[in-house]
Amino acid sequence: MSAGPSSSGFLEASRRGVADADLRRKLENATGRHLEHVAASHAEFPAFDSERDAARRIKEDAIGRLDELLVELKNNLEANGAAVFVAADAGEARDYIVKVVQRAEAKRVVKGKSMTTEEIELNPALERAGAEVVETDLGEYIVQLRGERPSHIITPAIHLSKEDIGRLFADKLGIPYTAEPETLTDAARKRLREIFLSADVGVTGVNFAIAETGTLALIENEGNGRLSSTLPDTFIAVMGIEKVIPKLSDLSHFLEILARTGTGQKLTTYVNFISGPRGQKDADGPRAMHVVILDNGRSAMLADPVLREALYCLRCGACLNVCPVYRRIGGHAYNSTYPGPIGSIVSPNLFGSAAAELPFASTLCGACRDICPVRIDIPRILLHLRWREGAKQPPARWPKETVKVRESVVRFARMARFPRTLRLLTRLAAVVLRPFSRDGYLRRMPGVAGNWTKWGRDFPALRARRKTRKGAKPAPRIADANRDGAAAPSGQSQ
Amino acid sequence: MTEVRLFATCLAEEFFPSVIDAAKTVLERLKLKVRPIRSSFCCAQAPFNEGLREPALALARKFLRACEPGTPIVIPSGSCSSMVKIFYSDLLAGEPQLAQRAAALRPWIYEFSQFLVDVMKVKYVGARFDRTVAYHPACHLTRELRVVDQPRALLAAVEGIRVVDFRNPEECCGFGGAFSVKLPHISAAMAEDKILRIQASGASAIVANDCGCLMQLGGALHRRGIPIETWHLAEVLAAR
Repeated sequence: MSAGPSSSGFLEASRRGVADADLRRKLENATGRHLEHVAASHAEFPAFDSERDAARRIKEDAIGRLDELLVELKNNLEANGAAVFVAADAGEARDYIVKVVQRAEAKRVVKGKSMTTEEIELNPALERAGAEVVETDLGEYIVQLRGERPSHIITPAIHLSKEDIGRLFADKLGIPYTAEPETLTDAARKRLREIFLSADVGVTGVNFAIAETGTLALIENEGNGRLSSTLPDTFIAVMGIEKVIPKLSDLSHFLEILARTGTGQKLTTYVNFISGPRGQKDADGPRAMHVVILDNGRSAMLADPVLREALYCLRCGACLNVCPVYRRIGGHAYNSTYPGPIGSIVSPNLFGSAAAELPFASTLCGACRDICPVRIDIPRILLHLRWREGAKQPPARWPKETVKVRESVVRFARMARFPRTLRLLTRLAAVVLRPFSRDGYLRRMPGVAGNWTKWGRDFPALRARRKTRKGAKPAPRIADANRDGAAAPSGQSQ
Repeated sequence: MTEVRLFATCLAEEFFPSVIDAAKTVLERLKLKVRPIRSSFCCAQAPFNEGLREPALALARKFLRACEPGTPIVIPSGSCSSMVKIFYSDLLAGEPQLAQRAAALRPWIYEFSQFLVDVMKVKYVGARFDRTVAYHPACHLTRELRVVDQPRALLAAVEGIRVVDFRNPEECCGFGGAFSVKLPHISAAMAEDKILRIQASGASAIVANDCGCLMQLGGALHRRGIPIETWHLAEVLAAR
């Protein structure tokens, strides 16, 4: 497993996703439920849009003067007693964390949920160094037990049903099979409590890092983030450089929108503020605190005026839930730590050319932009990345079919410069194809259009509908028609 | 205003010329002189979305030469309208002269339903359509142009029609231009889920403002033998 996509790629993995009817049903249910909760939570909070705008302005400001804010953050964290390490890439971050863990002679590391540690592939590195690593977020724990990676950035086990989890726990935890969520959660909690009490190091991510006070805000629902950051003697927080915000007072705007869009809650169950290790008068808390601030390709995004906007992302996961592509294929198909629309932007920039095809895995429908709490113009950034790719020759690793489609678009564009000729050709081809069509559709097509007919759709014959059709005919009687949506016919002119 | 230009769009010219006739018929019923744009075939969206800059520029140049500011340009597609109205500014970023021309043209570009409701101030256009229909709000129409109420208002005013709701209407049909043949399995899965939701609503026809969506949904319906028709909004409004 690697954090970045493999070149075997998206095409094959997404085919497996689409073919898995069970997976599609689970995704549809889970993401559908999420979208309902989000819609309801937005509806009951009229200030939602003004809070979004406020949050966006803060991100614009913060990302615009990141260098200065990071220095302020580092100074204040250090003043609070934390050790700060700025890592240029994943390798540097891993090496630093492994060293801290080795110096602490740690046998057991507990982890709060953190996509950034997924990105740097921390767990295998710690295991190689001889530490046992246990994920303590329930969803993360589940996928760890299965030897999988998260398939969603906030709902890591979204691809699994409660029955799947029941079977997993029966197998791995040795409890009698049940699909009862409460019983399963209890079993995990019991096991994880023992692990927490014997852990030497805790690792978590960071949602917001407040520069003026050197405070890390950790937003979560299970209390595992709080336990991971307070129980073990050593605490390590890992954050991307984009997580910094200027002031403590800025945080309220983010708290108003993050849970509402991420889960549909007003606020998460836990909002942790971490300002340093145990002080001399404190009865508890970690004795040592380390903060790893990770670049790993982010400053290159910062340098690009269009891509920069992607650094506003709060990792709420809503764009995954609303994405019609993600909903059909699931997160594993993307072969990347960050799946879905925001992942298709971030992955090529963090993991390089193997993810170059991801910006094309979108119809540019724009649903992601509308749900994004900080209004990131995802379709526009995807287009930007497509042009960046388009400026290169298609890399050889692109699937043959993909290259063929691109070539056919070039051919079409060339012909479309000569409308009269193209119209004539269309008419001729229409006559040739007509005998093969049935009520205006063709069952099989050659070439690129063959991709269409091979996958569940007949292809419209050229000039299939030539004449204005008649509208008058008796309305079919449909018993289960939706009455509420029926519009009364009216004949009034304006 | 007496004259409008009608930009047919490549998909209508290639697959559904009836849409062009229908749009023309409706506009003429409103006493407008309709002058089709013949010297441009495609708005450039296909190469643009593929990141193919030069081919896209050539088509945009062609379109911009074919039109003049001062006369409304009506386009029976939310997608092509948003290409010209919104995405040209991105495509033409390095081409100051063309960008200037595109900016001058922008206020004169109208998607078909937008033109009828916002400019002509009509809802009833003398149409009769005796079917139970599901309206599919196309993505670029809805989320780029923010044309949401106009098509519904036009449909509500059609005689004999019954408009029904269906679950998650605003989810994309999966067409996406080259996406439909590049990642055909995902595209087809999106269409499949959409037509099944529409089928559950009891509709006998799907109405949309974009030929791409109509190809996609019509193709999926025909493959499965589901007897639901696909109609462009212009065709519905021309019907009587």
